[in-house]
Amino acid sequence: MPRTVAETAKQRWERETLGPALKHSPERGASFTTISGRPIERLYTEDDLHDVDPARDIAQPGEFPYTRGIHPTGYRGKLWTMRQFAGFGTPEDTNARYKALLAAGSTGLSVAFDLPTLMGRDPDHELSLGEVGKCGVNVTSLADMETLFDGIRLGDLTTSMTINSPAAMIFAMYLVVAERQGADWKTLSGTIQNDILKEFIAQKEYIFPPRPSMRIITDIFGFCAREAPRWNTISVSGYHIREAGATALQELAFTLRDGLEYVQWGVDAGLDVDIFVPRMSFFFNAHSDFFEEIAKYRAARKIWAAAMRDRFGAKSERSWKLRFHSQTAGVSLTAQQPYNNVVRTALQALSAVLGGTNSLHTNSLDEALALPTAEAATLALRTQQIIAHESGVTNAVDPLGGSYFVERLTKDMEDGALAYFEAIDNMGGMVEAIERGFPQKEIAESAYRFQQAVERKEKVIVGVNDYVQTDEAPIEILYIDESAAEAQLAKLERLQKTRNADAVNRSLDALRAAARTTANLMPPILDAVRAYATVGEMCNALREVWGEYEEVPVI
Amino acid sequence: MRKLRVVIAKPGLDGHDRGAKVIARALRDAGMEVIYTGLRQTPEQIVSAALQEDADVIGLSILSGAHNHIAPRLMDLLKEKGLDDVLVVIGGIIPNADIPKLKSIGVKGVFLPGTPMQDIVTFINAHARAPV
Repeated sequence: MPRTVAETAKQRWERETLGPALKHSPERGASFTTISGRPIERLYTEDDLHDVDPARDIAQPGEFPYTRGIHPTGYRGKLWTMRQFAGFGTPEDTNARYKALLAAGSTGLSVAFDLPTLMGRDPDHELSLGEVGKCGVNVTSLADMETLFDGIRLGDLTTSMTINSPAAMIFAMYLVVAERQGADWKTLSGTIQNDILKEFIAQKEYIFPPRPSMRIITDIFGFCAREAPRWNTISVSGYHIREAGATALQELAFTLRDGLEYVQWGVDAGLDVDIFVPRMSFFFNAHSDFFEEIAKYRAARKIWAAAMRDRFGAKSERSWKLRFHSQTAGVSLTAQQPYNNVVRTALQALSAVLGGTNSLHTNSLDEALALPTAEAATLALRTQQIIAHESGVTNAVDPLGGSYFVERLTKDMEDGALAYFEAIDNMGGMVEAIERGFPQKEIAESAYRFQQAVERKEKVIVGVNDYVQTDEAPIEILYIDESAAEAQLAKLERLQKTRNADAVNRSLDALRAAARTTANLMPPILDAVRAYATVGEMCNALREVWGEYEEVPVI
Repeated sequence: MRKLRVVIAKPGLDGHDRGAKVIARALRDAGMEVIYTGLRQTPEQIVSAALQEDADVIGLSILSGAHNHIAPRLMDLLKEKGLDDVLVVIGGIIPNADIPKLKSIGVKGVFLPGTPMQDIVTFINAHARAPV
């Protein structure tokens, strides 16, 4: 005889209230999905949390597993850092923009470098043609770094630098500038992105093959543990993975698995987890699907805390706490009806805040067209200030904690990420998974699926595939001409004439020699920087020893 | 009649290849033969790929602002090699002010963010030389 099971409250509601309602007013579609294609149920109730133990899985703010945030007081103590990513043209141009941003209330700096700098090429290299100062500021040598931070006291603020393959060189330049300003490395704080795995996976700004690239990173971990203990040595980034087309879950899973890979390499290099892990930080994309994003951030903290404690045996709470920066989704910005982007950005920023972000960059409305104008960048910063001071969402800690829907999504994100971890572990780790193109293929597949959904109008993008306007007036954009390239080329020529060529050559020889051993590379890089060796010269020295990485493209 | 042969290339230093890969797949699904060059190709490498592959179409994906340098050099090289009848199109972030310049040197189509893939397929079918 079948056992009778008591009807749940949700089942009763479905029978008594929902059923009749659906008969006379059907729903708008047969299924509802997030922007990532995740199916969403009509209603979530306590019945949906049968596998969630509130004390164990949700807990309280500031307590393991930090699902509700790492600070017991949320934003009541300290607001997130409002950190606007900026850089263009010459170091002089960008220095002026930084001073304006600080005057407008920015609480930290974030440096965008141009493609030649990111790729370790000097302005006179053939591939730098047309790229100098276009997507960020050009920094060729220590002289440019001195100009970039002229009149800005590095000891008094924190700076984030989006630099990966040449992270060690750029960081060394920052350290030398700080030192010459009289700042103490021991108290200096800021972040270098220094995340090479996501470059292989998504953004493709790699230079060297994966293994020597990973060695530079563990060298930086080791160096900072001794010399710059307050510096955030890495910002493990999902942002670019998401921009390349990943779903929210893939962003979460690949980013955290990258994080585990760095920890493993650090441990294998003989470092103590509780020394270097607390200085690791994360960087997520704040995309458009409001609740899925909030669940992503909450799940990220929970997964990381458990992995550090249980997988790596970390004992310090500081190792367990995942701190993250977020940036609104560049890929969601539309060139059509660009003012709509202000609204998109505000909603995305709000989701990051409700997910407990520790710092935030809001994109400007004109960024589908060009780098932002000063006015657009100010409006983007004001968007954060309005959320912080007018919306009231900062008053209570984790205001969505306990929401049936948010907690269900958080658990689903966690379960999905752990399944990806298992698949990647079975391949031998993230470096091996990248070498066989696994995350790359997963992301390309998701990107194509999304584009098809847009073309079929299964996903509406206002102003692009619906609510289209044909009589739009163009907006003012920032146009970067070739004067920055000319200026940087002239400076490079001057530098080559005035610096001590013997000292440069000696320092580059020492760098090559160190690369052939297992010695920490930071000291020889600092020496080369002080001799005014260029980013291109230092990277070339390492290219000679390690070669360059070439990917096999998958489409 | 053989299929249209399209070389999709990413010139310059930029590595953001989402657009290049999505359009490569869309063109392939639309029945074209697609050759994706991979990243960081110089104009010389792209022209040599087009020559080698007997391409009817070259599609460039450029987001970094380097189009004003890359496109003229590519068009000159195509002329030099007698490949004037290869259709050249560009997709990416191109300021409106630059579009007339690109058209004047022979770039036939410029596709900005938000362009449906189907529009690009239709454009290529309408403007590419008849495959021999």
